[in-house]
Amino acid sequence: MPEYKAPQRDMQFVLNEVLDVENHYQNLPGCDEATPDMVAAIMEEGAKFAERVLSPLNQVGDQQGCQFNDGQVTTPDGFKEAYQQFVEGGWPSLAHDPQWGGQGLPESLGILINEMVGTANWSWSMYPGLSHGAMNTLEAHGTDQQKQTYLTKLVSGEWTGTMCLTEPHCGTDLGMLRTKAEPQADGSYKVSGTKIFISAGEHDMADNIVHIVLARLPDAPEGTKGISLFIVPKFLPTADGGVGERNGVSCGSIEHKMGIHGNSTCVMNFDGATGFLIGPPNKGLNCMFTFMNTARLGTALQGLAHAEWGFQNSLTYAKERLQMRSLTGPKAPDRAADPIIVHPEVRKLLLTQKAIAEGGRALIYLSALQVDKAHMAEDPAERAEADGLLAFLTPIAKAFLTELGFESANHGLQVYGGHGYISEWGMEQNVRDSRISMLYEGTTQIQALDLLGRKVLMTQGEALKGFTKIVHKFCQAHSDEQPMQEFLEPLNKLNKEWGELTMKIGMKAMQNRDEVGAASVDYLMYSGYVTLAYLWARMAQVAQQKLAAGEGDTAFYQAKLTTARFYFQRLLPRTRSLVETMLSGADNLMALDEDHFQF
Amino acid sequence: MKVLVAVKRVLDHNVKVRVKSDHSDVDLTNIKMALNPFCEIAVEEAVRLKEAGIATEVVVMSIGPKAVQEQIRTALALGADRGIQIETDTMPESLSVAKLIAKVVEDERPSLIILGKQAIDSDNNQTGQMLAALTGMGQGTFASDVEIQDNEALVTREVDGGLQTVALRLPAIVTSDLRLNEPRYASLPNIMKAKKKPLDVKSAAELGIELRAHTELLKVEPPAERQGGIKVASVEELVDKLKNEAKVI
Repeated sequence: MPEYKAPQRDMQFVLNEVLDVENHYQNLPGCDEATPDMVAAIMEEGAKFAERVLSPLNQVGDQQGCQFNDGQVTTPDGFKEAYQQFVEGGWPSLAHDPQWGGQGLPESLGILINEMVGTANWSWSMYPGLSHGAMNTLEAHGTDQQKQTYLTKLVSGEWTGTMCLTEPHCGTDLGMLRTKAEPQADGSYKVSGTKIFISAGEHDMADNIVHIVLARLPDAPEGTKGISLFIVPKFLPTADGGVGERNGVSCGSIEHKMGIHGNSTCVMNFDGATGFLIGPPNKGLNCMFTFMNTARLGTALQGLAHAEWGFQNSLTYAKERLQMRSLTGPKAPDRAADPIIVHPEVRKLLLTQKAIAEGGRALIYLSALQVDKAHMAEDPAERAEADGLLAFLTPIAKAFLTELGFESANHGLQVYGGHGYISEWGMEQNVRDSRISMLYEGTTQIQALDLLGRKVLMTQGEALKGFTKIVHKFCQAHSDEQPMQEFLEPLNKLNKEWGELTMKIGMKAMQNRDEVGAASVDYLMYSGYVTLAYLWARMAQVAQQKLAAGEGDTAFYQAKLTTARFYFQRLLPRTRSLVETMLSGADNLMALDEDHFQF
Repeated sequence: MKVLVAVKRVLDHNVKVRVKSDHSDVDLTNIKMALNPFCEIAVEEAVRLKEAGIATEVVVMSIGPKAVQEQIRTALALGADRGIQIETDTMPESLSVAKLIAKVVEDERPSLIILGKQAIDSDNNQTGQMLAALTGMGQGTFASDVEIQDNEALVTREVDGGLQTVALRLPAIVTSDLRLNEPRYASLPNIMKAKKKPLDVKSAAELGIELRAHTELLKVEPPAERQGGIKVASVEELVDKLKNEAKVI
């Protein structure tokens, strides 16, 4: 059976040694509780829960799936009990305001816990994950009374939440949505319409479910400027905060999916359900976008999760599976054959997963620290800077990491040979579960348009410059360290090329807007490889420094350096092919007549 | 009723143990450390007694360098009320540990002292017994059940032949076995509260105990690596090998 062990040494390395999180928390108001010993204790306990409670349920969730029966959804065996334990542990309250029952810890610490919870069991992690989205929305835009009624119950974990956006005819383009909200004499609204793909929309894990719903008021303008945000609880709360009358919202069915079987993906029918407006009318989408980056970062995490899960298990297998002899002569002469880890191509599969998981961890944590700063920094300029950097990194992290997370999951399966295709080993589940991450929270293609169109070109390259400057400064700061040259030289070159490529595409786009779309995914992937190269260079720099200082843990730092080298020599050269394709123009995509695709 | 729990910092039971290249000791540099599993069970038992309204205060102590405060905090996060660290440069051996605990017992006057039956690093299984001798208290070792009635502790012990129940007059000493309970997970709010709970630091010298080594560690060697197995063609061959090569029958 596949297993998960939280890679705490590596998590500590990125947090403390690369990103200096101690300093980061000390400089943020209200984060003084997050001292290194506290962070370590929280990580340790989160790891126990992920390893011992959630990881053993991952395969159960896939095999049993959720069952739908007459509006009721039953989650797989053990899911409900695990959620109960999660609530008793106080985990839902981690990053929320103490005024509403939260622990007031920084969001980045929550992301750290989510990494372990999500890697151990992604399907399960989505139930509290969606609640977190609903909580963030209520915390930012709800009235005090709404917070008292709903937020406190979500923070304690007694109730869970959802985000209801998608409708059958509109996913990416929310301007088309039709769900209506009719004002009532008592100030509430009657919400009617159908929402689909609602994760955790119905289940048996909590007493009540709080839906955050996008809908239109009767006099709303067309398009995205006419969308408002509503709270629609499954059961209407009683005056004393308990669970009251059943509301007019019900689950019509659940989807049969390729993966994440343990999570219920629901069709939700709203039939004149009582709802309550959150935030100003017609500003629903703006309210929702407050946390879009955080939510997308949560999905980026899924790329890391599947890479890590695949890596850990395929590594164990590669060391145990005896088959063939090493090309350079037997390595385990006393055994029937050598373990397959002796073969270069098996190592390539393993190292790719390792480089993506560890590099991805650094990218996620770096982004998570920007979330903290964007919300909590005292200086408004620092807040704005962090917000800008987060906005730039989000589409890269989301699309690039989930694409490579899927690739890594496939490599994990590949290491097992034919056994990878057999369910029992858990590797094919990992591939299936990872596939959704490139679709929801904006597909790779949408993220690419967001990056190149909105974030880079619409700011006249400012957002990009902000980041390339950071990379440039890093290269400058270590330019006199001889052993760093093998990393800094290529990184510097790519960092310059990044700007030049952007200029070239920008020029072409002035003639033809399709040039943006045609270059976008290649551009995003290129950006991803360069961003990860920057983080690998930073990790290599720390490793070299520690080795030079001779502070011990030599094997760990050596492995870091070797993996950095692998990344620079085996993965980073993919940028060469991406440069060629991204500059090849829109014509090779647009020239074929729509009617001629069939020939 | 006050309960004292003494806990030890040991290497995490999930960690693969490495021996130093000069064979002088186990290599602990950058190794993940944790609360000794039997001590964790001892803490859990004390916290359950408090939750049941039997104990009024749970005090947890540990002996060693500053790093042992981590394990004291872990115990505080599980529900202990306050901590005591007896600061020493190295980890003293069992008799010194028992003497130090006996000093704390003298100061704190607990009605019940719970320890793990042994630590998973040195596997000595003697501190609880030594402490009983030093304090003159009754001992219930290898406990799989503890019940407090009036002024007595009824302790079910896991002995070779099965289970034995002893009644101990309080104050008494209990050492926990594996099946005494299943320790809980610390909750997030309790981890945060643990940091604010009082933790006193005292030195061994302050307690008037001289730390003395009665044993000398000569050499540490990893167990011999497992040899590859062989396939035998027949039952006769198997019996022959068991008789003449392995010499087990």
